[in-house]
Amino acid sequence: MPDRLSVRKTYKLYIGGAFPRSESGRSYPVADPKGNFVANASQASRKDVRDAVVAARKAFGGWSARTAYNRAQILYRVAEMLEGRRAQFVDELRQAGASKSQAAAETDAAVDRWVWYAGWADKLAAVTGSANPVSGPFFNFSTPEPTGVVAVLAPDSPLLGLVSTVAPAIVSGNTAVVVASEPAPLAAVTLAEVLATSDLPGGVVNILTGRRAELAPWLASHLDVNAIDLTGVADDQEKALREAAAENLKRVLRTAPGGWDAVPGTERMTAFLEVKTVWHPMGI
Amino acid sequence: MPVADFGDAGVVSTETLNGVAELRAFLRGLPGVDEVGASERAARLATRSIKTSAKAEAIDLAISMVDLTTLEGADTAGKVRALCAKAAHPDPADASVPRVAAVCVYPDMVDVAVRALDGTGIGVASVATAFPSGRAPLAAKLADTRAAVEAGAAEIDMVIDRGAFLSGDLGKVFDEIAAVKDACGAAHLKVILETGELATLDNVRRASWLAMRAGADFIKTSTGKVAPAATLPVTLVMLEAVRDHRAATGRQVGVKPAGGIRTTKDAVKYLVLVNETAGPDWLSPEWFRLGASSVLNDLLMQRRKLATGAYPGPDYFTLD
Amino acid sequence: MVFEYAPAPESAAIVDVRPSYGLFVGGEFTDGHGEPFKSVNPADETVLAEIARADEGDVDRAVAAARTAFERVWGPMPGAERAKYLYRIARIVQERSRELAVLESIDNGKPIRESRDVDVPLVAAHFFYYAGWADKLGHAGFGPDPRPLGVAGQIIPWNFPLLMLAWKIAPALACGNTVVLKPAETTPLTALLFADICRQADLPPGVVNIVTGAGDTGRALAEHPGVDKVAFTGSTDVGRQIARSAAGTAKRLTLELGGKAANIVFEDAALDQAVEGVVNGIFFNQGHVCCAGSRLLVQESVAEELLERLKTRMATLRVGDPLDKNTDVGAINSAAQLARIRELADAGEAEGAERWSPPCELPPQGFWFAPTVFTGVAQSHRIAREEIFGPVLSMLTFRTPEEAVTKANNTPYGLSAGIWTEKGSRILWTAQRLRAGVVWANTFNKFDPASPFGGYKESGFGREGGRHGLEGYLDA
Repeated sequence: MPDRLSVRKTYKLYIGGAFPRSESGRSYPVADPKGNFVANASQASRKDVRDAVVAARKAFGGWSARTAYNRAQILYRVAEMLEGRRAQFVDELRQAGASKSQAAAETDAAVDRWVWYAGWADKLAAVTGSANPVSGPFFNFSTPEPTGVVAVLAPDSPLLGLVSTVAPAIVSGNTAVVVASEPAPLAAVTLAEVLATSDLPGGVVNILTGRRAELAPWLASHLDVNAIDLTGVADDQEKALREAAAENLKRVLRTAPGGWDAVPGTERMTAFLEVKTVWHPMGI
Repeated sequence: MPVADFGDAGVVSTETLNGVAELRAFLRGLPGVDEVGASERAARLATRSIKTSAKAEAIDLAISMVDLTTLEGADTAGKVRALCAKAAHPDPADASVPRVAAVCVYPDMVDVAVRALDGTGIGVASVATAFPSGRAPLAAKLADTRAAVEAGAAEIDMVIDRGAFLSGDLGKVFDEIAAVKDACGAAHLKVILETGELATLDNVRRASWLAMRAGADFIKTSTGKVAPAATLPVTLVMLEAVRDHRAATGRQVGVKPAGGIRTTKDAVKYLVLVNETAGPDWLSPEWFRLGASSVLNDLLMQRRKLATGAYPGPDYFTLD
Repeated sequence: MVFEYAPAPESAAIVDVRPSYGLFVGGEFTDGHGEPFKSVNPADETVLAEIARADEGDVDRAVAAARTAFERVWGPMPGAERAKYLYRIARIVQERSRELAVLESIDNGKPIRESRDVDVPLVAAHFFYYAGWADKLGHAGFGPDPRPLGVAGQIIPWNFPLLMLAWKIAPALACGNTVVLKPAETTPLTALLFADICRQADLPPGVVNIVTGAGDTGRALAEHPGVDKVAFTGSTDVGRQIARSAAGTAKRLTLELGGKAANIVFEDAALDQAVEGVVNGIFFNQGHVCCAGSRLLVQESVAEELLERLKTRMATLRVGDPLDKNTDVGAINSAAQLARIRELADAGEAEGAERWSPPCELPPQGFWFAPTVFTGVAQSHRIAREEIFGPVLSMLTFRTPEEAVTKANNTPYGLSAGIWTEKGSRILWTAQRLRAGVVWANTFNKFDPASPFGGYKESGFGREGGRHGLEGYLDA
């Protein structure tokens, strides 16, 4: 018998900077690998998807207009706060089945990954942009811009995979609607709590928990979503989701699952960038 | 000379501005000119292909627009008389060749030219106002102008004070043009902007409007003594200016590119520019001139080629 | 006086149009197994040639030829050698430029001035540019030794037949891919002449294959399992279908689709150049341009003045014989396209916009549409939302820069946009907010092989041109 009864955490959705329950009133039990009940997570509905997309779209103008330096600072601040919640993340990863050392290593890697991506904010344009030597009296340059609202079907790696898909989407100025790992969503909600108390504007990241197979089609077919990361969806869902995404020509990214420990390339960022080319005459 | 009273700025002006500040504001308020875009437009018009009957028509029109010019320190009465003979009969072997529009000389040669051209219907144009630099006191410029008019010049080609223009003393430029206009009496006033010294097309547009508002009957690109002289983009901007000026005031002003026009091809490009910018109303010697001399023989040679089908040589045309 | 320009026709005799054309597969012209079709001159509706139609079997043969060439010759070939082939092609295009220009104008209807001064020089430039990349791919930012994808299936539209071919083939070949290209049904001739150029260049058989046909042939190519990469330029509807059909496959896609570009004129613009840019923006190539500035957004304070100048300028446009060197606006590419333009223009009138065209006499034969501007257009009108792909301009007004940007972005498309103002900071402010892949400031419809081109949103994805244009053909 413990000395005191613990106060359990309620795991809610994160939409537009607030923590609502699903409008559907649904939740689903999250269990550890042995099948023991851990917590109830909100089971988001298509209407929660709709609300999250609205929030993400609303946040896009402001977030993408921030200076790259400012986005870098805000994201680095998030990393500081992730570090501060280290113990909580380790607990949640252990609940999801990781050993103590695995949980610690994954948490460390996740914080480091976030730091890595944060530093990209003010370097992407230099690496992916160009000055183009056109044949004529024109100054011509290409710069990367965020695509818009990115739907992220996060992989099951509960924290490192989550961070490795969310950070690259938003660092360039996109906003995101994230569907967390279905079996292990708790770390995602804690990440949301970190984001909510950071300087990240509400709506830049929106996190939904629930049934991936139920939510993904709504995101894939949503006409105000510009891009979708299908990394976390099941293989047998991919084709239908790509077909739905074709309706408004979404940019689609799907990488092989796993491999989150490896140092990433720029692919996850450039997948959600548009290249804008501006011409201007040079004359007197 | 008092600061310009724009209300009295020549009988032809519809000027309603009241002072230098307003003049400056007006000129600065004109739409800008994008040099690259203007050059592109001029270059595209220069690709027009003028062939056969259109070419024949263009050649005769161009000949009739030529201000046959000699402006050398070494000019003599003999040289001027020879030029006048050429002006009246550009091709002695072919009487169907039109005469040129005018002969353009220094003021001291006006009387020679007037006598030589007596009865031909060709007018004498005289540069004046301390051409080509314009660096002389206003009194000298006016005396220069009056002398030319008194000697019988029907047209005066004055130069603006580019120094004053570039230093922002627009009132001085305006006043001088107005005063010279006054001194011209019945003679037509062509105002040379010397665009090669104005450096930008924005300045060309502003100077064009300034000259028109001050009473110019014609605006002219260049003295021919400064490179670059006439160019297609500069002329394009001036043609736009006279077009817009007529639309705004009802008064039509002519345009004269001068210097650097050497070939028939060059001349035809200018005619196309006129045709598609200011419009057909400007396609006559009354409203468009070509300040040139060497172009005349090339026009004659091309004309002969069209008529006979064979390429002629330069020895068959007179050098005067 | 009236200065009439006498007819100045470019001689068509330079081109030897054969009565019939086969498919170019494995370095040979071969028969197609579909029902042949005819390519007509849109300026007079005469039949130019009978063209083989590739069926699925023919596409299969072409893909197999490309696969073999990829595996045995082109893929293993050192980049420096590939480069030399591309340089050769660039040179032959220059040498045969007059022939290509005339053929393009005959088959497409575009003025010879444009095919001669814009299309063909850009084609040569594109091959020249990408030739230089072939042995420098490790420096392009896609890893030290980026690999080609394999066989590229490329489907191009009828508006810039040869130029779109160059945009597709040059980077694909530079990166080490082989291609099967399907030109548009109505404009196959320059692609078939290009096949001859490939032979003159001694390009190994199978590296470039040309299959002619209509939508079915394109679908067979796009859906062929042996194709590793599909590059498509055309309508957003077809682009959607291709994206759908590629779902569940490993195919890589580049899609360059429709547009409804806003051309924004601020009150301080250099008005004469703005008018020129507006005219060039919508009447260049009869408005058959995906990035055409079809929505003119003018600040209300100068709208009247600009419109007046625009009308004056439009009245000087010379519409007629595409082969006349003085023609500014040529023929509409096909009867079907003409019908679509008419339908949308009629809709514009029906919806209450005011329609104006300069007096202009259209030839009795062929497909023609007078340059047209609609005023009093609202965002809700079809002519402000749908891509007309013809010489039809819709003029709208705005009051503030914010409003201009909002209206400009209020479209599912995002290919291009124009900005006209003499104020530098306003250009950059506006350019930053426009959701479009190409922004022309104080110019319009400029293209260059070094300059990336491609859209946001439903205008497609991927870039063509420049270093960025390599990415779609590399396994990066």
